[in-house]
Amino acid sequence: MIIINKRYYQKEFETMPVNEIKKLQEYKLIHQVRYVYENVPYYRNLMDKKGVKPEDITCLADISKLPFLSKDDLREAYPYGMLATDIKDCVRIQSTSGTTGKRVVAFYTQNDVDMWEDCVARAIVAAGGTEDDVVQVAYGYGLFTGGSGLHGGSHKVGCLTLPMSSGNTERQIQFMMDLRATILCCTPSYAAYIGESLKERGYKPGENSLKAGIFGAEPWTEEMRRDIQNSLGIKAYDIYGLTETSGPGVAYECECQKGMHINEDHFYAEIIDPDTGEVLPEGSKGELVFTALDKEAFPLLRYRTRDITILTRDKCSCGRTFIRMQKPMGRSDDMMIIRGVNVFPSQIEAVLLNSGYAPNYQIIVDRVNNTDTFDINVEMLPEDFSDTPKVITKKEKELQSAMKTMLGINPAIHLVAPKTITRSEGKAVRVIDKRKAIGINI
Amino acid sequence: MAIKQLSIFVQNREGALVSVTDAIAKANVDIRAMSVADTNDFGIFRLIVTDYDSAKAALEDANCFVSITEVVGVAVEDEPGALANVVKVLADHNINIEYMYAFITVSKKYAYVVLRVEDNAAAEQILIDNGVKLVSEEDIASL
Repeated sequence: MIIINKRYYQKEFETMPVNEIKKLQEYKLIHQVRYVYENVPYYRNLMDKKGVKPEDITCLADISKLPFLSKDDLREAYPYGMLATDIKDCVRIQSTSGTTGKRVVAFYTQNDVDMWEDCVARAIVAAGGTEDDVVQVAYGYGLFTGGSGLHGGSHKVGCLTLPMSSGNTERQIQFMMDLRATILCCTPSYAAYIGESLKERGYKPGENSLKAGIFGAEPWTEEMRRDIQNSLGIKAYDIYGLTETSGPGVAYECECQKGMHINEDHFYAEIIDPDTGEVLPEGSKGELVFTALDKEAFPLLRYRTRDITILTRDKCSCGRTFIRMQKPMGRSDDMMIIRGVNVFPSQIEAVLLNSGYAPNYQIIVDRVNNTDTFDINVEMLPEDFSDTPKVITKKEKELQSAMKTMLGINPAIHLVAPKTITRSEGKAVRVIDKRKAIGINI
Repeated sequence: MAIKQLSIFVQNREGALVSVTDAIAKANVDIRAMSVADTNDFGIFRLIVTDYDSAKAALEDANCFVSITEVVGVAVEDEPGALANVVKVLADHNINIEYMYAFITVSKKYAYVVLRVEDNAAAEQILIDNGVKLVSEEDIASL
């Protein structure tokens, strides 16, 4: 039985000395590689092609000998190609949203579910959650890992769990107020929308029982965090994960809000050069790669997340020893190349929030006469509209020059009427890249 | 004395104006004067109506983005040179006209003109001092 104290859910792991974490990881890795080799023919083929045998893996550094897995591999292996156990041992599937192509289906044994939920429970406790809390889970339930992940973690901590799922904001607000929810879990864009909806209904910032929010499943910025914290009167914690490795809870934020601690007893993280695949030293910016060290049903080794981030092992004042990952700059899938420049939606969001706009925007990229066009629709502030176009065009110019400073290229800014850009209740659709639709190779 | 003008933000896309005119029609409000300022992306539809409260409520119900601006209404004699006189009086007193437009309905004797200036009160005082007749909300309602 795990004793929950106020600071940690599983103190013996979360504060384990670094050399012991590494020993544990090494022990688990050696076993896991053999397990995967024996049980996943798809990965065995990849290892054979590379000429690597399980016995070649004798220490953590040897991991670089192993082949990578990408989303394409998982699509190729769909549906059962990566399953390492019999179906009778599995109790659950979850699936990706499929927004970037064919869905990926992940399998879980009961042990896998327990491990995942323990990871989420660590995140909830790190955000100040105890059994006295009322946790409102406004992530989508179903195939998406957000709802069931936070739900399971909340049960483990012993919180009163409100299984709201996403959407129906009216009902969210009613339950939030009537049941005095103390922790809100949803996507950051939905948290911002709930904040906006509360304001519309006449609630003052912070006029609610919430103390914390655990937000993830899409990239968000520090500016957006500040906005959500102010509008809801809470401390907003980041949580990271992906269906391929389990779901939310692979990494989680503590009260220091300085990056997310990776659950290193279950996941081994590497940063690689996304072009060459070379492992980069600690502190370098690159693509995050995860190896699940003890998963049974869907045990991915060296899975390339496409997320660009930095790992650091500076001592954290929360007492946790797990390595920390910075908020990803955006999935490399989200990155747009416009007129030869790399642009992340998160950069655009940062500029908007810094300039006083709500994070409601839409990016439209197209190619006309062999030149990329780059347009951003942004909702204007009601006070900027009067009876002449000049104030609006002036604001558009100001925003354009702020964008140019941040991005290095000039977007065309179009201020549109408030509340005309579709609000998100799940993952927000921020980018419309028409170049893809017409098959232009970008 | 200033009169109220509705300014409506209209995106440049098909049918955008329909929701505006429909809402006003359904509110049973008459349009007395109008003008449009446009850019590549959007237009601002400016209206003087018989009942701006009802019109504004109806527009907002139809999800239109509306603001109310105060403008100066001037009644000029319906004869050559009358408008030139009004404009000259303002120019002589260094008052810039941002935009102006005429009413759709005219009385037999006067043409009504809407003027948008920086400082309504100052402009009105100058116009009164120079014998120009101003238009009030009541005048518009009774047109």
